[in-house]
Amino acid sequence: MASVDVTERASPGGLRGFTASLRRKMPISVAFGVFWLAAMVAIALFAGYLRPYDITAMDLTSRLSSPGAFKHWLGTDELGRDVLSRLIQSIRVSLIIAFGATILSAVFGTTLGFAAARFRGMVEHLVLVLADFQAALPFLIMSLAVLAFFGSSMMLLVCLMGFYGWERYARIARGLAISAGAQGYAAAVVQLGATPARVYLRHILPNVASTLIVSMTLTFPEIILMESGLSFLGLGVQPPETSLGNMVGFGREYLTRAPWIMLAPAAVIMLTTLSISLVGDWLRDKLDPTLR
Amino acid sequence: MNPLIEANDLLRIYETRRGLFGRTSPVRAVDGVSLAVVQGETLGIVGESGSGKSTLGRMLLGIDPAQAGEVRFSGRPMPKSGTAEWRALRAKMQLVYQDPLAALDRRLTITAQIGEPLEIHRMIPKEHRAARVAELMAAVGLRPDQAGRFPHELSGGQRQRAVIARALASRPKLLVCDEPVSALDVSIQAQVVNVLRDLQEQNGIAMVFISHDLKVVRNIADRVAVMYLGRIVEEASSDVIFQSPQHPYTKALVSSVPVPGKPLEGRMILQGEPPNPAERPSGCAFHPRCPLARDICRTSVPALRQIGSGRTAACHIVAGEAASIETLRRRA
Amino acid sequence: MIRFVLVRLLRAVITILAVVTFAFVVLRMSGDPAQVMLGPDVPQDALDAFRRTWGLDQPLWVQYLAYIKSIFTGDFGVSMRDKASALHLVLERVPATLQLTVPALILKLLIGIPAGVYAALHRQSFADRGVIMLAIMGFTIPSFVMGLVLVLVFSVLLGVLPSGGQNTWVHGILPTITMSIGGIGILARFSRSAMIEVMGQPYIRTASAKGLKWRDVIWSHALPTAAVPIVTIVGFMVGSLIAGAVVVESIFSWPGIGRLLVVSVSNRDLAVVQCILLVIAAAMVVSNLVVDLLYGWLDPRLRSHAAH
Repeated sequence: MASVDVTERASPGGLRGFTASLRRKMPISVAFGVFWLAAMVAIALFAGYLRPYDITAMDLTSRLSSPGAFKHWLGTDELGRDVLSRLIQSIRVSLIIAFGATILSAVFGTTLGFAAARFRGMVEHLVLVLADFQAALPFLIMSLAVLAFFGSSMMLLVCLMGFYGWERYARIARGLAISAGAQGYAAAVVQLGATPARVYLRHILPNVASTLIVSMTLTFPEIILMESGLSFLGLGVQPPETSLGNMVGFGREYLTRAPWIMLAPAAVIMLTTLSISLVGDWLRDKLDPTLR
Repeated sequence: MNPLIEANDLLRIYETRRGLFGRTSPVRAVDGVSLAVVQGETLGIVGESGSGKSTLGRMLLGIDPAQAGEVRFSGRPMPKSGTAEWRALRAKMQLVYQDPLAALDRRLTITAQIGEPLEIHRMIPKEHRAARVAELMAAVGLRPDQAGRFPHELSGGQRQRAVIARALASRPKLLVCDEPVSALDVSIQAQVVNVLRDLQEQNGIAMVFISHDLKVVRNIADRVAVMYLGRIVEEASSDVIFQSPQHPYTKALVSSVPVPGKPLEGRMILQGEPPNPAERPSGCAFHPRCPLARDICRTSVPALRQIGSGRTAACHIVAGEAASIETLRRRA
Repeated sequence: MIRFVLVRLLRAVITILAVVTFAFVVLRMSGDPAQVMLGPDVPQDALDAFRRTWGLDQPLWVQYLAYIKSIFTGDFGVSMRDKASALHLVLERVPATLQLTVPALILKLLIGIPAGVYAALHRQSFADRGVIMLAIMGFTIPSFVMGLVLVLVFSVLLGVLPSGGQNTWVHGILPTITMSIGGIGILARFSRSAMIEVMGQPYIRTASAKGLKWRDVIWSHALPTAAVPIVTIVGFMVGSLIAGAVVVESIFSWPGIGRLLVVSVSNRDLAVVQCILLVIAAAMVVSNLVVDLLYGWLDPRLRSHAAH
């Protein structure tokens, strides 16, 4: 027992001290955001185990039943499909698209930004003109045009969303790489004889990573909104697959008789984007005090 | 003895631009500089800020290309910056920076950074790298327990030691030091200079030591070249130049260094502002500040001439031209 | 100043060209245009005739030039569904869209900016918190959710406002509110921080320290400076308004170009989609140009720079 006392004293507070310091560092709203996002990620990962029913399983005896029922906690839709099961699957699909697209656009934008910084001249002009073009046309309109020409598929949707916000990463990466190369560590590593690949991947990338992660927290909720908007219009994720926007879109038909079909996914969209904004704001202050 | 590195008639012109659409005006940062350094020798380059000494250092390493003239290393011309050949040559020539915090990657430990040249040039098998890094750290006076530290966890002097260790890792033959101690506390400067001098002597490295601080250069250089607005105005061995400076600018610089026990009488004080490199005076660029300036200094650029054994200067008056012309005029 | 305008005009033209090129590339990448434009069950000689009239048997760059020429002469092709001119179909719908977007933009400006300035001058007050709440809502609530919730409350539960159609001005109330409410919050939040930043500047403290009336300080010193960043964000809002129109018109069955776009995309009516794309791009470019010029006129630094 004595030894236990010693360790207790050695780390004053122990677990209680840890949570106390966490509370001091993290406001309640941010803590909620972290909790909600963790729950969403867990649901997306274990969707297969969590759903009580298959998303296409129809219970024709209890169609449009309201929430709170024993068999269907969140009620059923017009075909008697379990709203909770569909919601769980929708969270999974929407998060997968948003994650995939965020990573794609970060990689794509950062690569172009580094290329602009490395080669300057024509390459740089081309990247900047592309970024101008991207900013000149509302992304939703561009996506709609592309979907009109190619038709909608999951793969295309992820790739398309992967173009969302790339110009932001490109601008940041270019600016930071140029300032690192002009004077400072990057120039010093070049002078050591390092290849450009080594300079960019081993030195510049880790140094700019925190700023890029911050912009990812900005892009992520916007991609969720963009995808759900497209799916709501019936041009994103196609049935029988389901996503959050898709559920709202179909639930709209039963707005008067069964508003829960539409309200449940709408609430998830709002809470998720809200949580990311809260956590992102907090991270931004922590990681990058220069960026507001 | 063949020089390890030699520069012939180097020229580097920057374009400065006023505003987005303003007219550009050329700045001759390095204007017709020639020099040579042999193995084991230290050449000091002295000058005010804007004299082009840092640009010269970067040109010697082939980082900035020469617009005219050439740099030869071990008798071979300098490859183009950024080529594989140029990168490979980095193992033989290294640079020590003014600001060690900016020159180090703040996300890597100093061990990783000191060992980086070995990794880049694949010099030592992986299992022996740690030993080599430890050896380098000891050589520059870093303690073994500092190995895992990040740059911001070290003092300025320790950081500069780490930069020096990194520069020496690949056993270079040439070391260019660009104001290596001017960002450090005066009390630390001497230690770092001593580390540099000891390592240079032990390894027979050729060194180009760039500084605005005469005291520091006097301490370490075998030979000194004085630069003014992109040109070398005087060059001689260190002892000679500090004993009997000839060029008026050198005289002014040398007399500005206080010597203990000597009164400050007879000091030559520089007149006027340090000049703007974008508006270079005609003739001898130093003439607006020169107490001895004659008419010829305003019109004709003095060439760098031999004025004694192993020493050169670029001054009409030192060369006796001004005097002879003046006497000619008086006779006429 | 002339050079400044010329540079902006040149950029506008380049952007339009980029959008035209984008449409051309996507159209060509999506398959044989003759097949796509005419539909699957078309006889071979019709395809050939189409190819000949559109010059699809020519080299690609000739096609590209011909395409650009046809676009700039107003020939956007024919709608697949009702064989009417695509441009005519689109232009017919523009007034309906303007009936929503213009009032929404005016609402955003008239409420958003004063609310933000008021919040900046009364920090920590009830209004300030309200602005921040509204801004968070603007960022996190998608317009389709906002629209449906408004319909649920005002049409379904209260039954005071119609949920769709375009018959009277009353029908426009819910769509306009849906389109503007998020933007009001975002604009208010932005104006608030622009104003707070300006108020922290030394010259504002100097102006009030030398005895200038507080009102005069705000009106003649703080507001003009804060206006510069606010104008920039308004420029960005035009884009989001157009995107918002697509969603809102779909919810409220409003017969504007947004709804036309969604319907045409579902039907893969490419001529119409391409025409809408270019019309929207032109609108965006013109509004960006206006914002740029306004910006140059507001910012004395840019003005004097341009005068050089």
